[in-house]
Amino acid sequence: MSYRTPLSNVKGLGTANEGSEHFWRQRVTGVANLLLSVFLVYAAFHLVGQDLPGVKAFFQNPLHMVLAAAFVISATYHMRLGMQVVIEDYVHNEGSKIALLILNTFFTAFVALAGVYSLLKLSFGA
Amino acid sequence: MSQNKLKAARPLSPHLQIYSPMLTMTMSIMNRLTGIGLYFGIMIFTWWLMAAASGPAYFNWVNSLLDTFLGKFVLLLATWGFFHHMFGGIRHFIWDFAKGFNLATVETMARIGVVGPVIITGVLWYMLCN
Repeated sequence: MSYRTPLSNVKGLGTANEGSEHFWRQRVTGVANLLLSVFLVYAAFHLVGQDLPGVKAFFQNPLHMVLAAAFVISATYHMRLGMQVVIEDYVHNEGSKIALLILNTFFTAFVALAGVYSLLKLSFGA
Repeated sequence: MSQNKLKAARPLSPHLQIYSPMLTMTMSIMNRLTGIGLYFGIMIFTWWLMAAASGPAYFNWVNSLLDTFLGKFVLLLATWGFFHHMFGGIRHFIWDFAKGFNLATVETMARIGVVGPVIITGVLWYMLCN
């Protein structure tokens, strides 16, 4: 028999009030990072030791720019989910926990914005 | 976690410090540690991108910093951490499909997780430096 109320079954939520979304997103971004790491290795061979015009030329290829931006977004999202679990595991004071969770969101959002903006600027060749 | 303080020193269930370290346990800890390391390590990557977007003077300065012994050491460590975390992730993907749970397989995967990232990092850096 099930102890869950009909309402909770409809909502599909567990005790954390968010169902399995967190787990699932961690896996989806993980798969994305895994696939994009092939591009990262490719990019490393083209970018290591390169001067600025060379770096710009690399990112002016739309495919290079889009794949790099995809990695930045996927990696920062993956980071946010991962660090959230670490904070929830080790920080038991409710106030500190909430503060760190917010800081986690701000930090990863900043890294994502900084990365994507820089890539756009390099790609548009300003 | 409950915020209530325990009134008496009651016995606690066995936790980490009572077990002798095992490879699989160490690899689990390493997966989390490399994850935390990469969380901050990605700042180097983003910093380099921002430097490139900022202009040649700043870009060359950042590159010269990354080209020092310490800079290269941090980048090497980040490369290894990246692949270590990746191997850990692949192991978790396999477990997600309810496969690879018998003791011999778990042990083998842990060993691959130790050696694989070191080899890949070594080969990649050798090829990038030559």
